Amino acid sequence: MSESATLEVREVSAGYGAVPVLRGVTITAQAGTITAVLGANGAGKTTLLRVIDGSIKPSQGQIWLDGANLAGRRPENVSRAGIAHVPEGQGVITELTVAENLQLGLLLRPRSERSAALADIYNRFSVLADRRSKAAGTLSGGERQMLVIARALATDPRVLLLDEPSLGLAPKIVRDVLDLISQLKTDTGLTIILVEQNARSALAIADLGIVLNLGSVVATAPAGQLAADEALRRHYLGF
Amino acid sequence: MVEFLEFTLQGISAGMIYAAIALSLVLIWRGTRVLNYSQGALAMLTSFIALEIEYRTGNYWFAFVGALISGLIIGGAVERLVTRQVINKPPLNAVIVTIGLLIGIEGLAGVFFGGNNRSFPTPFSPVGLSIGSVALGITRNDIFIAGAVLLAAGLLAVVFQYTSIGLRLRATAFNLPVARLLGVRVGGMLTLGWALAGLLGALAGMLVSPSTLLSPNSMDTIFVLGFTAAVIGGLESPGGAVVGGLILGIVLSYAGGYLGSEVVNLFGLAALLLVLMLRPTGLFSSAPARRV
Amino acid sequence: MNSSPDQIFIGAANRLAPWVRRTTGRRHVALAVAGAVVLGLASILLDQYRDYQMAEVAASAVAVAGLTVLIGLSGQISIGNGAFMAVGGYVAALLFMHLQWPLIAILVVSTLAAAAVGAIFGVAAARLRGPYLAGATLMLAVALPFFATRFSGLLGGDQGLGFFVTVPGFLGATFSPLRWQAWVNCGAALVAMVLLANLVRSRIGRSWRAVRDDEVAAALAGINVARMQILAFIISAAYAGLGGVLLAVVVGTVSPSLFTLSLSIQLLTAAVLGGLGSLSGAIWGSILLVIVPTYLTNVATSHGLTQATSSSIPILAYGLVLILVMLAFPRGIAGGISRLIGQAPLSDSESPTAPPTSWRRRSPAADRKEKGRT
Repeated sequence: MSESATLEVREVSAGYGAVPVLRGVTITAQAGTITAVLGANGAGKTTLLRVIDGSIKPSQGQIWLDGANLAGRRPENVSRAGIAHVPEGQGVITELTVAENLQLGLLLRPRSERSAALADIYNRFSVLADRRSKAAGTLSGGERQMLVIARALATDPRVLLLDEPSLGLAPKIVRDVLDLISQLKTDTGLTIILVEQNARSALAIADLGIVLNLGSVVATAPAGQLAADEALRRHYLGF
Repeated sequence: MVEFLEFTLQGISAGMIYAAIALSLVLIWRGTRVLNYSQGALAMLTSFIALEIEYRTGNYWFAFVGALISGLIIGGAVERLVTRQVINKPPLNAVIVTIGLLIGIEGLAGVFFGGNNRSFPTPFSPVGLSIGSVALGITRNDIFIAGAVLLAAGLLAVVFQYTSIGLRLRATAFNLPVARLLGVRVGGMLTLGWALAGLLGALAGMLVSPSTLLSPNSMDTIFVLGFTAAVIGGLESPGGAVVGGLILGIVLSYAGGYLGSEVVNLFGLAALLLVLMLRPTGLFSSAPARRV
Repeated sequence: MNSSPDQIFIGAANRLAPWVRRTTGRRHVALAVAGAVVLGLASILLDQYRDYQMAEVAASAVAVAGLTVLIGLSGQISIGNGAFMAVGGYVAALLFMHLQWPLIAILVVSTLAAAAVGAIFGVAAARLRGPYLAGATLMLAVALPFFATRFSGLLGGDQGLGFFVTVPGFLGATFSPLRWQAWVNCGAALVAMVLLANLVRSRIGRSWRAVRDDEVAAALAGINVARMQILAFIISAAYAGLGGVLLAVVVGTVSPSLFTLSLSIQLLTAAVLGGLGSLSGAIWGSILLVIVPTYLTNVATSHGLTQATSSSIPILAYGLVLILVMLAFPRGIAGGISRLIGQAPLSDSESPTAPPTSWRRRSPAADRKEKGRT
């Protein structure tokens, strides 16, 4: 596993055409921690991840990973720099098999490490091991979520971006997925940025909580503190 | 009965050419969602290049390889320089641009090779083969054609299914944004897809040019028949392209044999319209039929 | 200060203007009348070669106008309108040869014949969109010459059939046939353009634009999408047919070598150059299409290239034009120039060349690709 690293988003502004979506956002995700990015729909959470992964060019600001500014790089190069993004809606390539999806991720590793890494993944995700030659389109929602997370791990990332992993999943599955994420942090020391609408569950496993509203950061605090702040919770997070 | 056999075998041979064109169209369609109307013209251009090489070196196989290589290069170059610009624009733009390529390449060939009246060489004798005293109605050349296309299709299938570059190509074709996020250099994959299609087209051109007089317009009908074969098989299905080519080749061979060679293209037109009206997604695709 | 010639003219124009402006139809007729006067003067004052060119431009403009309406207004495509031109031309030649009908009857019937063939094809192709429709029309363009060889007894095979327009007696024995051809063609073209311009502004034209912009919304608004698409196809085929007859007037014969795939693509080039959906653009595009190729070929031959080689240069030019215009000006040059000088585009329709979103219903994979979602 690669060493995890600290990801810094500094004063990033971005938008679609003339519409500004992010205004001067600054976030630091410490190495080996889970940072939850929360807020209502339209707050800019997904846009933030898309700026970090290179799909959107920020009009302003920088993205620092271990002494390198990644802002403006193309997504394929950001991914090779060690940032793995699991987009909203899962992103399983349905026409490929489970194994092929994983192999795609493994292509970013040196050839000699690939089979060992694959074995690791099948160990951790037994349900994927069972379905390895099935078309990914036949998987259930929860299984697909496992697959995309596993595939992202296959790329040997240093930072993992997760966009709404609980979306559309039954409550039990949501718990499983979040448990898995929490476990990942413990086992691998990965730096994880977790975007979630399900704020309560996200804060339960996160170290740091950040609240976005209309493109700006309105609160940054340790997760426990955020969860305890009733006024903030009710105002921005809906519980 | 002998006639029937002869028409069938000739139909298979012709069908392989249509299959090669169809396959190249499917490759480009799946990878970039563009229908390359200039595919036939590109094949014509590479055939002219091969003709030049053969004229200067006297060696058919140099010319053959030269055609394939120039197909790779020109196909990739066209993607990188021209069609890359219209990939995210409305489909109308891509149609007009590839039509522009079609006519532009024909004009280019006319300028550089226009006065060319040399006959196109064949690698194998055009003498008919027979079993015992029964003439089979096909030549060694026909067998070469079928073999070459099957080999090319087979190699491509292997590359796509079993190699990592094939995996990257497929991922780019199925879901480009996700492939990007997994570090696939998608731009390069798009170019490679077109390059491989250019190779297939060049192969088709080399195989068919001995029997049609090579001229800037000579690949027009072959192209539309290849397009028809692709539609029959379904634009999404490489296997369908090959089968579609065979079906079309055999049907047209019967039509031409029993009804006269002038009706072949009219039959092709009818076949295309029929398929588009009844089952526009092709015989082998699993996509739902389009509603009006 | 109310009697200088300028004042009188301006006064008259001002008095007329509200009457003209009140209905679009009248405005179109007024424009056509003005055009007729200008063209008539040009024909009389300029030399015979210009008559020939005017007749050519008229033929081309009619066909291009139909095509540009099809693409720019109804959001479809055809690279086979040369085939419909052939239908018009051949029907005219057959009527001329076997029945000796008067010219007006020939014009009308040939146009209707082309419209009928267009209807057949349009119904068959009604469900097709984008690349499939383009491919089907391409097939039509490529297959058509084979009709002439298959039925060579009737259609004259490769040599084709003759078609002559004789100068009517009342014009006198010395009236130049070329000038008469120019008058016939330009007259027919003006009438046709007025009709088309009125159609474009009518409810039908609005329905076309609605279908082009969003098929689903148009259907929900009660527009019969298939019927509108077929109608647009028929109109473009009819206009191509008329163009074919006018072309036969100029050339004097109809043969397969006149109606090649290259002709169909030339029509497309002129439509793109003039701005898709723009009738005035159709005229400009046709003028360029008639003048520039001869010029290019002459330049090439004067530089020592053979005839065969230099006649390929215009073809190369068409290709370059199509590619470059679509890359640089996705809305055609008329749209591009208007944008550059800061005006709304010149075309006759309100939203001339918005991308035909009726084509946007591509596969889910492509949609995902476009939206960047997963």
